[in-house]
Amino acid sequence: MARHVIAAVDELPPGTRKFLEIDGRPIAVFNIKGEYFGLMNRCPHQGAALCEGPLIGLAQSSDPGEIEYTKLGEIIRCPWHGWEFDIRTGQSYCDPRRFRVKAYPAHVEPGASVVKGPYVAETIPVSIESDYVVVDL
Amino acid sequence: MNIQFRESQEAASPLTTKTAIADCDIHPARATRTELYPYLAKRWQHHLEIYGVHAYQGMMEGPPYPKAQPNASRRDAYPPEGGPQGSSLAFMQKQLLDPNNVQLGVLNPLNTGQGIRNHELSAALCSAINDWQIDKWTSKDKRLKASIVVGNEDGLSAAAEIRERAGDKNFVQVLLLSRNVEPLGQRRYWPIYQAAEEAGLPVGVHAFGFGGNPITPSGWPSYYIEEMVGHSQCQQSALASLVLEGVFERFPKLKMVMIEAGFGWAPSLAWRLDKVWQRLRSEVPHVKRPPSEYIRDQVWWTTQPMEDPERREDLFDVINWIGWDRLLFATDYPHWDYDEPSRVLPAGVSEANREAFYLGNAKKLYGLA
Ligand code: FES
Repeated sequence: MARHVIAAVDELPPGTRKFLEIDGRPIAVFNIKGEYFGLMNRCPHQGAALCEGPLIGLAQSSDPGEIEYTKLGEIIRCPWHGWEFDIRTGQSYCDPRRFRVKAYPAHVEPGASVVKGPYVAETIPVSIESDYVVVDL
Repeated sequence: MNIQFRESQEAASPLTTKTAIADCDIHPARATRTELYPYLAKRWQHHLEIYGVHAYQGMMEGPPYPKAQPNASRRDAYPPEGGPQGSSLAFMQKQLLDPNNVQLGVLNPLNTGQGIRNHELSAALCSAINDWQIDKWTSKDKRLKASIVVGNEDGLSAAAEIRERAGDKNFVQVLLLSRNVEPLGQRRYWPIYQAAEEAGLPVGVHAFGFGGNPITPSGWPSYYIEEMVGHSQCQQSALASLVLEGVFERFPKLKMVMIEAGFGWAPSLAWRLDKVWQRLRSEVPHVKRPPSEYIRDQVWWTTQPMEDPERREDLFDVINWIGWDRLLFATDYPHWDYDEPSRVLPAGVSEANREAFYLGNAKKLYGLA
């Protein structure tokens, strides 16, 4: 497993996402209220750039007439046919048994550890003073 | 809602087919509200500004069922220069035509002058759309061919438009929508079929339109998802009407293309028609052959949206009944239910059938073989 530095924390504020290619794989990294998530940016259905879809919530119904809307901002909806995936796990909601999208753990590391550690900086020069978003691949 | 796009949107379909294909359902859009004005007489420009357009359906603006994605389109299909999805030739070339090696792309414009109560305005708008298709699309990219849009509710002006465009190589079919004021076999539409047959042009019936009637046989449904499945019900009524009113008998060289309403239902509709026809044929003596024969002889089907049964053998059973020579591949670009060429046909199809499915049938039908 390689660890990739993909952005300084300031460059990926809450509510934004970053698209990049790591080892030939299209990846998107999200900052949702300070939590970071990485996802393969290719829909397992017909191959759309999945992460260009909107982040929505999950509409569920236990009984007809009762609708609960949860996981606000944690569900990515494919820009083509609208399949929904949990960005925390990559699990699909249309057919969880057969389809999932690969999720990559992402988190923040202080610059000091990044400079020393076994990290590969993808796109940016890193310095000790800053914090970085790191994806495990 | 939180949407954010990558910067380099040029990105093609992620997987590309190398073999040349036909795409028999592409939807070009207007970049601006007034883009058609250069093709409209001043009189109609003023009319539009003052009165707007009166559809058969009492809606002030937009369709009654909000679509699942903006403009019912892929979210990655906004042209970089702005404007709605499908409004830029350059971007369509980059996103659809080049990477998928589209050799023939058939344009089916929607939101045209069809289904407008003022028949003169309807005819003027349709004619303008046809001029615009040549100017903006087919004359700029030889892979693209246009459908002649006609004022469907006025058979005579529609026939006149077809006759005017007949022989023009920019056009390869006549375009109708599935929801009209009456079922499509009725006499008011016959002049359209007659002119199309004379011109040697197939008539495409694309799902959609609002004829003022409820969009399902049992009334107005609550959800967009019901509208989506309702398209196949609507096409079935249209096709039954075409057969039973004797349209295929009267116009034996007429070719119809069922666009964007599935085809899985074709065998069962034909079986049912055959069965009742055997018992009730004296009511419709002008229907001389079993309905299934007309359907198999004179009807083609575009693929998108393909039925996607759990067992692929079921899909092959349906196609075998319809005929591998009757399916026309289509993506429906830029709409949200777009089909990716490399992903639609399951394994296990012979080379000859694949070729026919992706390209051969379309070239033959549209006279480009
Ligand atoms: S490609 Fe994502 S839902 Fe179809």
